[in-house]
Amino acid sequence: MYEKTLAEQSRMLANGDCSSAELTTHYLDRIARLDKELNTMVSVNADVAMEAAKRADEQRSSGTQKPLLGVPMVHKDIFCVAGGRTTCGSRMLEHFQAPYSATVVNKLNDAGMVTLGKANMDEFAMGSSNENSYFGPVKNPWQHDCVPGGSSGGSAALVAARLAPMATGTDTGGSIRQPAAFCGLTGIKPTYGRVSRYGMIAFASSLDQAGPLAISAEDCAMVLQAMAGFDERDSTSSQQAVPDFSASLNQPIEGLKIGVPEEYFSAGLDDAVATHVRAALAEFEKLGAKLVSISLPNQGLCIPAYYVVAPAEASSNLSRFDGVRFGYRCDNPVDLEDLYTRSRGEGFGAEVKRRIMIGTYALSAGYYDAYYLKAQQVRRLISNDFENAFKEVDVIAGPTTPTPAFQTGAKTDDPVAMYLNDLFTVSANLSGLPAMSLPCGEVNGLPVGLQMTGQYFDEARLLHAAHRYQQVTDWHQRMPSGIE
Amino acid sequence: MSWETVIGLEIHAQLATRSKIFSGASTAFGAEPNTQACAVDLGLPGVLPVVNADVVRMAVRFALATDAAITQRSQFARKNYFYPDLPKGYQISQMALPIVGEGAVTVTVSEGEEKTINITRAHLEEDAGKSVHDLFNGQTAIDLNRAGTPLLEIVSEPDMRSAAEAVAYARHIHALVRYIDICDGNMQEGSFRCDANVSVRPSGQSEFGTRAEIKNLNSFRFLERAILFEVERQIDLLESGHSVVQETRLYDADNDETRSMRSKEEANDYRYFPDPDLPPLVVESSFIDEVRSTMPELPKIRRARFIEEHKLTPSDADALMSDRVNAEYFESVIAQKPDNKSVSPKLAANWINGELSGRLNKENLSLQDSAVKPERLAQLLARIEDGTISGKIAKQVFDEMWSSQANADDIIESKGLKQITDTSAIEAMIDDVIAANPSQVAEYQGGKEKLLSFFVGAVMKASKGKANPGQLNQLLRDRLKKG
Repeated sequence: MYEKTLAEQSRMLANGDCSSAELTTHYLDRIARLDKELNTMVSVNADVAMEAAKRADEQRSSGTQKPLLGVPMVHKDIFCVAGGRTTCGSRMLEHFQAPYSATVVNKLNDAGMVTLGKANMDEFAMGSSNENSYFGPVKNPWQHDCVPGGSSGGSAALVAARLAPMATGTDTGGSIRQPAAFCGLTGIKPTYGRVSRYGMIAFASSLDQAGPLAISAEDCAMVLQAMAGFDERDSTSSQQAVPDFSASLNQPIEGLKIGVPEEYFSAGLDDAVATHVRAALAEFEKLGAKLVSISLPNQGLCIPAYYVVAPAEASSNLSRFDGVRFGYRCDNPVDLEDLYTRSRGEGFGAEVKRRIMIGTYALSAGYYDAYYLKAQQVRRLISNDFENAFKEVDVIAGPTTPTPAFQTGAKTDDPVAMYLNDLFTVSANLSGLPAMSLPCGEVNGLPVGLQMTGQYFDEARLLHAAHRYQQVTDWHQRMPSGIE
Repeated sequence: MSWETVIGLEIHAQLATRSKIFSGASTAFGAEPNTQACAVDLGLPGVLPVVNADVVRMAVRFALATDAAITQRSQFARKNYFYPDLPKGYQISQMALPIVGEGAVTVTVSEGEEKTINITRAHLEEDAGKSVHDLFNGQTAIDLNRAGTPLLEIVSEPDMRSAAEAVAYARHIHALVRYIDICDGNMQEGSFRCDANVSVRPSGQSEFGTRAEIKNLNSFRFLERAILFEVERQIDLLESGHSVVQETRLYDADNDETRSMRSKEEANDYRYFPDPDLPPLVVESSFIDEVRSTMPELPKIRRARFIEEHKLTPSDADALMSDRVNAEYFESVIAQKPDNKSVSPKLAANWINGELSGRLNKENLSLQDSAVKPERLAQLLARIEDGTISGKIAKQVFDEMWSSQANADDIIESKGLKQITDTSAIEAMIDDVIAANPSQVAEYQGGKEKLLSFFVGAVMKASKGKANPGQLNQLLRDRLKKG
């Protein structure tokens, strides 16, 4: 059953071809068998999952029809789930139990989904390789000596290994799209404000956005439908109406104008990746789309701007982890200063501390104007680039990442090289635009991702285009070997 | 050398909302520690702030009451610092774009001396929790009930030149925020507290001197004492060739002195930046109009009306304006028509500011709890005006009204307090007094006219206070002249 997509499982459940209890048992068995090696999960709660599955089956037998009812899934461990621990991949929250659930969690519960457990991740979502987790690195199921990407590396790897048909992720600079690309999945970061951030532990509040990682665009459409919508508990969530993302998936894309930014194909992009991306674009042309060469002149400013804004916000967001009320507290503090210094020094990992320091510096008196304010101005320029481009095109396409998944440990000593992995993804966060990644090839046995960026609140068009592409290609259906 | 004092005040007024500024938790004072702090107030991971619409309404009321500019797109910012009673590690405040911009108030410093104080800005922010250092030996307890309580921080220009002006301004703002129903003004509970920025400079110098900020003054008396001490301290420093250090100081009421808390060098770098969890706070013109329509008549307009229309003295008007309830009580009294005509506003003001407020103070009651309501007071005043009773007897009637719920007419009737205006009755009493005091009569007639009050007192006593004082005076003079 694991090779089926979420949409297929939804239909099987609706047709009575299987029960949620069967599906859930199936996946729990797979997790027990395969995850020791991959380390994609931080927590598995089989009892809770089985109860939820039985409830879903009862509801279905009493006539409830909901597309996601009884479908198993996993939450990235950044979403608070009442009744269990929420670690955010950190020693700081190793034993933290939230007394409430995130809005995303409540919404997917209401849709009837069955939560199998919580996915491993880079600590506080800071990382591009899932090597920054306190709970150990995650292996890429396609090649175990490669990283799965990050920060939603656990979510991506577990879906790639078919330990669940879908997992939630969060994306601050590419943390859904980059691991989706590295693990051969389809993942979407919606427009900023489309999905509530309430109960999702903040990394960089103006950039963070939740979304699904799944096998197909059709799957993503179904899950995003349940995740999206205004939340009165999140002042930055949007009142914009949520359209039916699945309604027009099968319409032709004849005439769709796809912008291809010349800047995405410059130095830094792996040749083999470029070849696959161009082949995918040609496939879209065959489907009736028109390719339009465009320019995003400020693309080069994205990484520097991102690595000021994100750490700055993080430095403030992570101040609450001070050893006073919850989370890790050092042993025998001698005074307040000692309590703070050692609780944070011992509770946070190296990358988190690095970013807190960068962010604190960027916000300091005398540097604020030169760094934070300037970076915010650059955001405006980047948004303007997109605004201009969207006067001519409907979506923008290019590579998700400069290279396929890299070897574990290859970039751990070179943070800048690591940060460059986000070269193509951060612009969607800086501008707030929706963007997705879908598999479009393989290089040496590792998947390649195609990124598509859309206009604000135009997720439907992205999902539609991706779905049409997936109707004529099978990259998204390919699975790593050794996961039987 | 003569010195000039320069003072600016930052006033923290706790807004009288039921729930907190960014959460639904209650703001009630005095609950068990940490029972009024929800996940948002505790700063748990993943929670987000949502602005309470009531605080915006109250800030707009303040702006309208001080002729201040309203920022239609203001912004919340994070003020970052670590302290155990600050759960998020930052306070949500407003920095670059406060909701209330420049405004001004005109305050009465002393009888006949008014001064306009400019207000730089007023911004919304959340309060921190409380650190309790004396509850557990060697440990500090944290109570987060107060965390997230809404505050309006009102920042004045350095326009005040004496402690008296600073106190007059603080009292004015205190009365104003209560008048417009945005703050209960309870200084003991910390609902209204002041920080004073104090500096001195040689008279005639235009540049300001180095200032010290005195934190958390929670009574007008402490405000005054702290400023007086601080001014003297700074002048002493300067006159002995030292300089004033820019620093934060605390006022120690027990020793009546200010003490250094932290210097500028030790001050935090707050790393202010716009709070990404809160979009710009948009105040629509229609919202401002709606708030305006619910505003009471503004104090300065009402005060002017009391002086113009009701011919009150400025000090009577100020006394009535000390509290909106006072002013409303006054208006209610003069709106009564006990005998189809209004009582004199001057008389009403005197009674409200005098007898009534004295009685309320004595019994520690507020005007809302007064046993004597406006209609009953108006009837009493009408009896003074129509000569049924004298002002002195009226106080006796008032005491009776306070404890009995009976109205003035019934008390006057049943106690036989009606003034004696019958000339022959008064003359009879005069004759008795004159007959009993022949030597005093001789002295009076010999030129010691001060003795008139002796005779007035004696006759008044004989009448049990009921003789009409005017009539009595006149009749006595006439009678004594006759010899």
